[in-house]
Amino acid sequence: MAQTNNFPETRFELEIPDPLKTDEFILNMGPQHPSTHGVLRVLLKTDGEIVESATPYIGYLHRTFEKHAERMTWPQVVPYVDRMDYLASMNNSLGYALAVEKMMGLEVNERAQYLRIIVSELNRIASHLVFLGTYGLDVGAFTPFLYGFRERERIIDLFEEISGGRLLYNYIWIGGVAFDAPDGWLEKVNEFCDYFEPKIKEYNDLLTFNKIFIERTANVGVIPADLAINYGLSGPTLRGSGVNFDLRKNDPYCIYDRFDFNVCIGKGEQGTVGDSWDRYYVRIEEMVESAKIIRQAVNQIPDGDAKETVPRNVRVPAGEIYFRTETPRGELGYYIVSDGGKNPVRVKVRAPAFCNLSILPAVARGTMVADLVAILGSLDIVLGEIDR
Amino acid sequence: MEPILKLFTDLLPGLSQLPYWLLATLAALIAALVLFGFIAVFALFAIWLERKISAHMQDRLGPMEVGGWHGWAQTIADTLKLLMKEDIIPEKADRILFKLAPMIVFSVSIASFVVLPWSRDFIPADLNVGLLYILSISSLAVIGILMGGWASNNKWSLYGAMRSVAQIVSYEIPISLSLITVILITGTLSMQGIVQSQQGNFLSWNIFHYFPFMFVAFVIYFIASLAEVNRTPFDLPEAESELVAGFHTEYSGMRFAFFFLAEYANMFIVSAIAATAFLGGWLPPFSFLDFIPGPFWFFGKALFLVFVQMWLRWTLPRLRVDQLMYTSWKVLTPFSFVLILIVSFWQLLTL
Repeated sequence: MAQTNNFPETRFELEIPDPLKTDEFILNMGPQHPSTHGVLRVLLKTDGEIVESATPYIGYLHRTFEKHAERMTWPQVVPYVDRMDYLASMNNSLGYALAVEKMMGLEVNERAQYLRIIVSELNRIASHLVFLGTYGLDVGAFTPFLYGFRERERIIDLFEEISGGRLLYNYIWIGGVAFDAPDGWLEKVNEFCDYFEPKIKEYNDLLTFNKIFIERTANVGVIPADLAINYGLSGPTLRGSGVNFDLRKNDPYCIYDRFDFNVCIGKGEQGTVGDSWDRYYVRIEEMVESAKIIRQAVNQIPDGDAKETVPRNVRVPAGEIYFRTETPRGELGYYIVSDGGKNPVRVKVRAPAFCNLSILPAVARGTMVADLVAILGSLDIVLGEIDR
Repeated sequence: MEPILKLFTDLLPGLSQLPYWLLATLAALIAALVLFGFIAVFALFAIWLERKISAHMQDRLGPMEVGGWHGWAQTIADTLKLLMKEDIIPEKADRILFKLAPMIVFSVSIASFVVLPWSRDFIPADLNVGLLYILSISSLAVIGILMGGWASNNKWSLYGAMRSVAQIVSYEIPISLSLITVILITGTLSMQGIVQSQQGNFLSWNIFHYFPFMFVAFVIYFIASLAEVNRTPFDLPEAESELVAGFHTEYSGMRFAFFFLAEYANMFIVSAIAATAFLGGWLPPFSFLDFIPGPFWFFGKALFLVFVQMWLRWTLPRLRVDQLMYTSWKVLTPFSFVLILIVSFWQLLTL
């Protein structure tokens, strides 16, 4: 067998060490860092201010939710799913409740259905408001944060009145809701919508169309539509890339098919389709649409007892199901297996923020450190959901 | 030295009996103490003011408890807390540089106060190169910042320090160029001389000279001075969401407080220079308001500009590094060169 000579030709030349040898700068962004939105660690390799690679490391907030669920009875899982995406607890428990109801073949009464829609859309607004505020913080504007929290406070007050909780509600139960709406609550929801809709203009004036904000976010972190689909993105992050996909329209669950609302997609108004500004603006527009849904639901809601269909003993027939809903972060899927016993055998969660985060290494390359913060913020991740 | 000695002997005629050297030493000491006291009190006040202003812009109240009336004693309490905190120096830090950095940054701010003209008589040292002195001494702060960032042995601090050096060095150019237009008009570098050349009512202030060119020079100066003192939208060296706390990430306790005090003192200094060079310094806007003493006008004008700085901080997002450099090299610097040309030609034509 002929041996090829692998030695380089310069082997016998004198090697002069480069006196100005440069190396990548390795930087741990997180787990404690102001803009990793929790305890995410991103390992950065940078060349000066330019990011060569960014690798997210997760698991700092892992609470073994899926294992816990196997030890809990069916209704006991609900408070646990609340804790996954703590900014949108209502939407998380809605998905779980719908999945289990479908396995049981349970029909939920009308009033509870409407209450569910109202609270989940309110929670979508609250979640997007937190996004608005923290995204402002990420690009260095502090004031929108407090503006967002001012309006969120009102939503939280409404939630406190109906469920008793201010962050984790345990409100949407299998078969219905925990409490009926107290007297006058629905009028207060309407009042909130009246109050909230003009505020959108305030956010737009302060942040959205601010020249510096556009400079910082437009054409930054562009995710083309095909890349977004390949990485399994969902929710506003996918729609920001111009893909018209919203489970509330495309695969309607609950009673979403009864409402008239638009799906907002990124149009590349300030730059390229799929840049950070588009992802941001999709969320702003979605808040308007959510308010629209809430108004319709409040007008259509029938009288009745919201708790009448809540079963005393939850017995789920053996089988399996994959059920997906649209949370503020995207497609939240529950894969649930039952053997007919008191506990679920398996509750696997397809967390939208987890899939959305996976695109970060692909878009981070070649951006600047400040851009990375803007991109990470525009993905709107919640670490509680990523790590579960 | 002479004007301040005159001020002292005017206030207390008995002092003129003293030998000159003793009088000079006494006057210098008292002036230094007054200035130091002023910086400390002003920084405390400005921090409180910023918290209140930001709070009211954000629909909240800000500090309300400490001291009774609108939490006026909040920063005093905070400073006492910082004084009592443990003095932590990271194990791997360069101890000497780490300790030296806040001192340099703070002493540079104090040194800049020496040439600020407060009134006709009260200026600690009326140097004939006052403006040049203040420009050169304030450039030294960057050494302190680089030192602090390097000595902390923290990657974020190093990033902040690197950004800070690049930023301050680039923005000194538009600052100096826009001030050159002022020097062209006044023909002097002495701070007192610059003020006195603007006698009359507010229309004779430099900002309204050769309208609108000097106004543009003022805007250029103001924007560049924001970058010089690391304020939003140019607060990249301490960009919280990117660099944790920038060059002072590892600092705590009193050393951190020195950086903090220096930041607020610097805000006042750049505003005071703007007030002197463009807004008539201690001169009143109308000559019939002459009976109100000069320090009131000087402080008022500077404080107004400090307020504008705070206003911007709580409104605007932050620029990115390349955009920051773009603003300096491709916008502010060429424009200030053009202004120098225009002002020079105008002066030639109207000789």
